[in-house]
Parts: sequence; structure tokens; C-alpha cells
Amino acid sequence: MKFDSPAAANPIDRLKVIGRPLDRIDGPLKTTGTAPYAYERHDIVADPAYGHVIGATIAKGRITAMDLSAAERAPGVLAVVTAQNAGALTKGNYNTAHLLGGPAIQHYHQAVALVVAESFEQARAAAHLVRIDYKAEPGSFDLYTAKGAATAPEPTDLTGPIDTHIGDFPRAYAQAAVRLDETYTTPDQSHAMMEPHATLARWEGDRLTVWTSNQMVAWSTGELATTLGLPPEKVRLISPYIGGGFGSKLFLRADVVLAALGARAAGRPVKVALQRPLIANNTTHRPATIQRIRLGAERDGTISAIGHESWSGDLEGGGPETAVGQTRLLYAGANRMTSMRLAVLDLPEGNAMRAPGEAPGLMALEIAMDEMAEKLGIDPVEFRIRNDTQVDPEHPERPFSARPFAQCLRLGAERFGWDRRNARPGQIRDGRWLIGLGMAAGFRNNLLAKSGARVRLDSRGIVTVETDMTDIGTGSYTIIAQTAAEMMGVPMDQVQVVLGDSSFPVSAGSGGQWGAASSTAGVYAACMKLREEVARKMSFNSADAEFVDGEVRVGNRSAKLRAAAAEGDLVAEDSMEYGDIAEKMQQSTFAGHFVEVAVDSATGESRIRRMLAVCAAGRILNPKSARSQVIGAMTMGAGAALMEELAVDTKRGFFVNHDLAGYEVPVHADIPHQEVVFLDETDPMSTPLKAKGVGELGICGVGAAVANAIYNATGARVRDYPITLDKHLDRLPEIA
Amino acid sequence: MRPFTYERAATPAAAAAAAARTQGARFIAGGTNLLDLMKLQIETPPHLIDVNELGLDTIEATEQGGLRIGALVSNTDLAADQRVRRDYELLARALLTGASGQLRNKATTAGNLLQRTRCPYFYDTAQPCNKRKPGSGCAAIGGFTRQLAIIGASEACIATHPSDMAVALRALDATVETVQADGSARAFPIAEFHRLPGDTPHVETALEPGELITAVVLPKPLGGRQIYRKVRDRASYAFALVSVGAVLQPDGSGRVALGGVAHKPWRVEAAEREMPRGANAVVGPLLAGARPTRENAFKITLVERTLASILVEARG
Ligand SMILES: Cc1cc2nc3c(=O)[nH]c(=O)nc-3n(C[C@H](O)[C@H](O)[C@H](O)COP(=O)(O)OP(=O)(O)OC[C@H]3O[C@@H](n4cnc5c(N)ncnc54)[C@H](O)[C@@H]3O)c2cc1C
Ligand code: SF4
Repeated sequence: MKFDSPAAANPIDRLKVIGRPLDRIDGPLKTTGTAPYAYERHDIVADPAYGHVIGATIAKGRITAMDLSAAERAPGVLAVVTAQNAGALTKGNYNTAHLLGGPAIQHYHQAVALVVAESFEQARAAAHLVRIDYKAEPGSFDLYTAKGAATAPEPTDLTGPIDTHIGDFPRAYAQAAVRLDETYTTPDQSHAMMEPHATLARWEGDRLTVWTSNQMVAWSTGELATTLGLPPEKVRLISPYIGGGFGSKLFLRADVVLAALGARAAGRPVKVALQRPLIANNTTHRPATIQRIRLGAERDGTISAIGHESWSGDLEGGGPETAVGQTRLLYAGANRMTSMRLAVLDLPEGNAMRAPGEAPGLMALEIAMDEMAEKLGIDPVEFRIRNDTQVDPEHPERPFSARPFAQCLRLGAERFGWDRRNARPGQIRDGRWLIGLGMAAGFRNNLLAKSGARVRLDSRGIVTVETDMTDIGTGSYTIIAQTAAEMMGVPMDQVQVVLGDSSFPVSAGSGGQWGAASSTAGVYAACMKLREEVARKMSFNSADAEFVDGEVRVGNRSAKLRAAAAEGDLVAEDSMEYGDIAEKMQQSTFAGHFVEVAVDSATGESRIRRMLAVCAAGRILNPKSARSQVIGAMTMGAGAALMEELAVDTKRGFFVNHDLAGYEVPVHADIPHQEVVFLDETDPMSTPLKAKGVGELGICGVGAAVANAIYNATGARVRDYPITLDKHLDRLPEIA
Repeated sequence: MRPFTYERAATPAAAAAAAARTQGARFIAGGTNLLDLMKLQIETPPHLIDVNELGLDTIEATEQGGLRIGALVSNTDLAADQRVRRDYELLARALLTGASGQLRNKATTAGNLLQRTRCPYFYDTAQPCNKRKPGSGCAAIGGFTRQLAIIGASEACIATHPSDMAVALRALDATVETVQADGSARAFPIAEFHRLPGDTPHVETALEPGELITAVVLPKPLGGRQIYRKVRDRASYAFALVSVGAVLQPDGSGRVALGGVAHKPWRVEAAEREMPRGANAVVGPLLAGARPTRENAFKITLVERTLASILVEARG
């Protein structure tokens, strides 16, 4: 099915199931610990061998010698896999560094060996017996030093153009009545999901099956085949439950490749979970950025010049963090420039983490907007609304499909009690705490990708949906079931959803907040086809047939839905593809984030007291799971604002705090009451369900809202994230 | 983890004797620190002696009007004890800022005193660390030092002692009681228990090989306001950047001990004479000779401001 004109009225609009705050259908499995995660597939293989990964202990250089003999002799050891004995491996398209390194080492903790043994403990103990000699080479580990040599990267689909220039930015900026020119920094961040990367691999002859934890089944199946040099049809990847990914599991990683190689070497199924202390340096991370923002405005608050430059680093051959993307679309302004520069760093490879680009980009832009509002003496909410735009500011012929941005901000201000904010910072106290309110805009594009599904109706009236879509804790199972239930006119308990298997139709997968809208559109397409099959079977005119309460009705004729499958299952498969609507119109999602913080006037510790997000993201398919997405993302945004930072050892070239004790993410005590409001909205330009993504919108802007609230509390502006106490301690008031 | 043998000791003296018999043997109490370190092969004891059933898990009044806290009393039980809450509030408060409820249920008094540093390089066995592997060097010096010591450190090691409980015990002038391998008992003031790193950062306490802690004794209550402030990047479940424990008397005198600044709980009795003159006056002598790094120099300001804030709270 092709979506190339605005969605008309369709069966989804009945909203009998869609739009309801239903519990997640996988909830009981999760809460009882029975959801089968990759490392726990005792149902598939009762006695797998265990692999323990060895990571390189230098950042750059070569392995000069490896002595495996002691490990190979150790109790229980079945095999030791290294690049030397693994056979030819091809690097996939999505990873920058090799997933099994050696002799050349590209980054710290790059996997260099897998020890396979009868038990986990034996594999771990034997791993300590492997002797590896390295010759380290000097590398480039400091973004601040490497920045000077940064160059313009090659544009790709993901980056869009590297530089943009509209109007005459230098002149407009020079002539602006009020100007701001500030530099902001965001650190490297780790996804820190609960479930580590984990895989169980089994060979049957030359066929390989992996049970793993991966957001993008089709991508990673292809990448695994490429890496191992197998025909794609010989590889099956199964990933039904994922304990969080946040982008770290978009791609094939070392656990999958090593489990497959280990299973081949040991001649039996092997499972591998990346050890927690390896994850930060072995896998990908959100790259640090240095961002310079220049804003020029008239005295009335009209932005006349907006410029945003970003520097980030990556391994040779990697890509930039696209931190300027939102600045091309969020605010009006006749004269504009953006640019991205990429430095070569020998740190682990950077890649996507929840809202890549926008998350760090808005952390900078939305502080700049707060600073500019203050310079202008205009309320920050009003300042943003004054520079709202209904068209793509770089291409004014492209309107937004829907842009209730000002509504998000106004409603948020009203709900939050924004009028109680004192525009003069550092004025409000509660005992020893300094109190501040802050806000920021949230913005994230709505991306759509082709997505397919297969739907089956059986003689009991059960509708089964199969698609390689994944549920990374987001609620995919539930919204897909809701879509099928709505389309086929059956209750939720008549729908079964099976996900995450590469033998199923290829879906959009989970990433870039495209999963919910794209995958449900694919299920819609397949259900439309199934409805036609059912109608044909019953000799109904499919255009007139209504599917409701387990029946098919046309005029005053009706029949049980299940009757259509009395002689055998009816199966329909289709996918949703997109025409050029997205080129003609800009589709985005919007939010207003509001935060109250308390800063200890003595120690400078910042603690959040209240958070509110007002979101516009088209039709909300399930307000409960959508809210969970947004509060989770707000929590992550709070972490980015207050504590999350991979500390770089610029001498030795690695992230030092590489476990969950050193890399702090918020705990319950850090997260107060969170409120989420969704605007009652539909976007007929997105999909037949008129829905858009929301899982990443929730993080976009949160960091800056916290930063702005801290400034409002203290009067001391911090432009380097995370805003830890040391960054404003010497600017806090005297203790009386 | 290396293979190890295991035994359960019947009496404290037997435990100490057993420990002296096997070189590198360790006692295991709650295991919340030791087992983590064994999994990473930072500690590789060939033999473990379980001390959980030695009957050292009670808190009793002493003839001097203080409390004798058994080495195996859990952090949870200690913090909840009515006498501790009433008379040694500083200790209860310090304990409750530490770790998490689950960990405190397992963590013991002796184990807490003997927990090892949280220096990130100590935990990464690929990095040189004089504390983990004497003579290998110190990766932290010149590396990431935000959490590390500002005072009392050496060219060999700049790690801190991470315990909150120990800071309170130092301010309260506790005594550590032990039994040695030959069965003899001894006791020494907490001030002499933890050592500065010097050239031998792997030697962290005054304990002899095999020596078992049997109890920690608190002298009779000090009274006064007792305040423990732990300053950290997140609100819970994090080690202190800096912690300040203070006991303040109505006449303006008082005691103060610090966590997060040195290889041991930091207290300079002479500095306490300045207490009536305020935080600034105290911190001068308290942190005299501090040699912070660029990354952790903020701890000096932080100590002073935190103490000042405590003094305000105590007055109020
Ligand atoms: C995630 C995490 C967070 C934490 N956060 C904090 C915190 O915020 N603040 C804080 O203060 N602590 C914190 N801790 C540390 C915790 O307090 C210690 O792990 C605990 O107190 C150790 O006690 P244990 O009984 O488990 O010791 P074990 O692990 O059993 O032993 C520790 C050491 O003491 C020795 N030992 C034990 N008993 C005796 C004895 N009777 N005589 C002689 N030697 C003995 C052992 O041989 C071993 O060397 C944290 C720990 C973890 C894992
Ligand atoms: S500071 Fe001490 S514990 Fe840390 S690396 Fe250096 S020697 Fe080891």
C-alpha cells in the first residue's frame, strides 16, 4: 500500500480500541520475569556454552603477541576465538570499527577474543589467563584539541546537508539590535540500558540462528550475513524482547558476531552477554559536542539572524552528531546558517542515542533562546512564540503538516503556573534552597519508514499479526494489537502479536521514534488486505463492509468474522510505503517542557521538584504507553542535564567511568512528580492512523529546561553539561 | 574469579588463626565489596573464612556508658538501633546516606570500615594501579581525578576512602577491637586505623595479616547537634564528592570529620579549636597542605560551604 495523499476517514477513526490507555499486553511477562530475553532462552537451548569477551586494553595500536595456551588448557574451556583463527570477516556498513579487532586496535575495549567454556564462571576465569601484548600508538582523544583540525564530513541521508546558508547571516547578525554569541558543550553519553547486549547463537549445518537483543531486525540480519560472509537466507535473527536499547542496539554488535563465531568453534550453541564494564567503550555512545550559537534579534524580539555551528568527533570513517538539525526548522528568521564539523578521534565509535542530533542540539539552542529572551527583556515563552513559523524557514514553500507549537507552550505555561516565575534570577528561596523555574521547546522530526506485516485470521476468530518489528519496552506489542483489533473489529484478547523474527515481513524497526507510526501503518495495510479477503470470502462488497464486535456487516446483513476462516486460515501480507508527502510538507513533533528545580545554596546540588511536558505528536495511539515513553525520556533528559557524562581520559584514550557505579543515571530520588499532557491532535499527512512518533520527543529540550531553571534559581549561567555543582559553586551566594 | 576454598569459623580466635594459616586468605562478611572485587580479579584470595556465624552481631552497652557494636552488625540494624539514633545520631545519619537499602542489609560494620576505594582505575585491571598491583604505577595521576583525594595523598596514590560510616566513627572517636592470629586481643583508636597511602597504598589499615575485627566501641555520648551532609551529583545511591560530619555543642565548640577528600576519614583536632569562629577559620587548618588537581579543586570550596551551611543549621 502506498501512502501518498492525506489520510481520509478510515476504520481507525472509530477509536474503539485505538487511543485507549490500555495496559501493555506484555506487562505480565515483564513483571513476572517470564519474558524470554536473549540470554535466558532456556526454552531453546538448555545447556549452551558461555562466552566471555576480552576487550583491548589500549586505545590505538597493534597486538604484537597473543598467548592463548593457558586459557585453552583451563577447566571447561571449549574454544578461544580471535581475529587470527576466526576466518575472514567483513566489516558491516553500520559499524565504523571492526567488531572483532586485531591485530590492529581501533579503540579501547574493542573485542579481541572470546573465551568459550562450559560455564560462565569458567569462561570468565579463563579469560584472565589470555596473555596479549600490545604496541600502543599515540592517538587523538581530546575533542577540544582536535577541534581545530575538524573538517566538513560527507553528507549522508542521516546528516542531511552539512552547511546551510539562507539570506545574509553575517550581515544580519552584525546589524542586529541585540546579539548573543555563546558556546555550549555536551559530553559523551552512554545509553546505559538495563539489559546488556546479549546473544544466543546456534548453527544447524550452514544455517545460523541468533536470539539476540536488537532494535532493527532486518538491518542486523543483513549485517550479520555480511560480516560472516553468509548468504542472507542462511541467517535468522530473533529479537522478541529487548530490555532497553536507546539506539545502542540499532546495529550489529560484537556479542552477536562473537556468539556466532564461538558457537562455530565450539561446535555447540553459545551465549554471550557483553560484560557491563565493557559496554561503554566496546559499543557506541552519543558523541560529545561543542556548539556555537549566534542569535541576532530586533528589539521587539523578532529573530533576524540565527547561526548554529557544531563540532563533534568520531573514529576515521565515522559521522558527525547532527546537533544543528532542529535549528534549521524550529524558529523563523530570514538570515540563517548552520554547519557541522567532524574531528577524527580514536575514542570508541559514536552513533545514535535517543534523539540523536536534537537531544544535544536543543540542550544548546534552548539555553541560547533563554539567554536571548533575558537580553531582550521578553518572557521566554513569548519570545519563542514570537518566532514561531508555520513553514520550513529554509524552504518557505514547504509548510509544516501540523504545528501546534505555540499551543504546547501556552498550555504548558498555564498548567505549570509559569506566571509565578520571577524573571530576575536568584530571587526565590525555600530555606537553604534556591528555587527556579525554566522552560524549553521540544522538537523532533517525524520520520517514517516502509513497514510490513502479515495478518492471519483463524477459525476461532483469532487475529495473529507477524512482523519483524521490535518492542524495546516502548509498547509496540500493544499498539500493534490495538491497530489490528480496531481494523478487524475484534476485542484485544482476540489478537496475538508476534514480533522480532527475521522470517517475518520486514518492518521499520525501532529507532528515531519512527517505530510506532510506521509499524502500525504497516499493520493497517495488511489488515486492509485481510478485510478484502474476508469480504470476498463472504461475498460482501469490501468497500461497504463494517468490521465490528467480531462480525462483518453490510447493510442489515451480518456474519461472524470467524466464519470467514472456517475452511482454513485467511492470511494477508502487505506493507506501507510513502510517496513524496514528506518532501512537500515538513512533519515534526513538538513539546513545551517546564521544570522547577531547587539548588542547594551552599553546595550547589541541583534537585528537580516538578516536571511538565505538553506534547503534540499527532494521534496518540495509547496514552498510557505514550506517557511512559515521555516520562522515561524526561528522566533521561534530567540525567543529561544533571549528571550523565562519560569521563574521557585524554591521555590513555578511553571512557574511565565505564560501569553503572561510575556513569550515573538518575535514580528514583532524583525524579519528582512528572506530568505529561498530549494535545488532542491528528496529523493526516503522516499515516492512515494520523499518528506520529513520541518516544524521542520526550527527551528533546528537557536538558535545557533544567538548565534554564537552574539559572533562574541561581543567576549563574552554566553552558557546559552536565550541570554539576562544581560548575557554579563559586558563583553561589554567601552563606549567612 | 579464581577458585578458592571456603570455611566457616567457629570462634573469632579460630577465624584469625585460620586466616594466618593461608597467605592471602580473606574474611567474608556481607560480601558486598569482596565478591565484586573477586569477580573482577582485583582480589584473588585462595581461601575465604566466613565470619557470619561468630556471634558478633549484637550491640551492647559498655561500662563506660558507650556502645560496643559487633563487627557483624549490619548497617541497617546499626542505623535503626534506638540507642544509636538517640545518642549517636551522626552515625545513624551517615549510615543511611550510604549505598541502598538492600546493600545496607548485607553490609557489616567491619566490612564497611574495610571497603576498598572507588577509584575508577583501581577497578580497571588493564590500568596501572599501585594499590591493586604494587609498583605498577598510578593511572589516576594525570587522568580523571574529579572524585579523588585533595589531601594526604602521595606520588603513589591519590585515592579516597569511600565509607560514610567511617567518617561518623572518626568524629565520634570510636575504638576498633580486634583479635589476632595468636588469639590475643587489641584495640586502637579509629584515628590510627586507616592509613595514608604513602609508598604502600595497598596497605590500608593498621591490621596485621589475619587480624579480625570483633567490635567497634563508641565512647559515651557527646550530645550536641549531630549533622551529616553528603554532597553528591545524584540524590541517592552515589558515593560522596565530599561529606561533612559534625558534632556541635551549644557553646560553639564542636568536631568535624570529612569524607571524600583523603585516603581515610579526615579530621584535624587542632582545627576544631577554630569552630566558634566559623567555617572559614576551621577549613584553613583542616585542609592545610591540600594539593588538589584542577578537576577536584572545587572540593576545598565545597567543604567550607558545606560546613558553613551545617553551622547555620545547627544555630537555627
Ligand atoms: C553499589 C554500591 C554502593 C555503595 N555505596 C556506598 C556508599 O554510598 N557509602 C558507603 O559508605 N558505602 C557504600 N558501599 C559500600 C558498602 O558499604 C560496603 O560494600 C559494605 O559496607 C561492605 O561490608 P560487607 O560486610 O559486605 O564486607 P565484605 O565485602 O564481606 O568485606 C569487605 C572487606 O572487609 C573484610 N572483613 C569483613 N569483615 C571483617 C572482619 N570482621 N575483620 C576483618 N576483616 C573483615 C573482608 O575480608 C574484605 O576485605 C556501596 C557498595 C556498593 C556495592
Ligand atoms: S589513585 Fe590509587 S587506587 Fe587509583 S589508580 Fe592510583 S594507585 Fe590505584
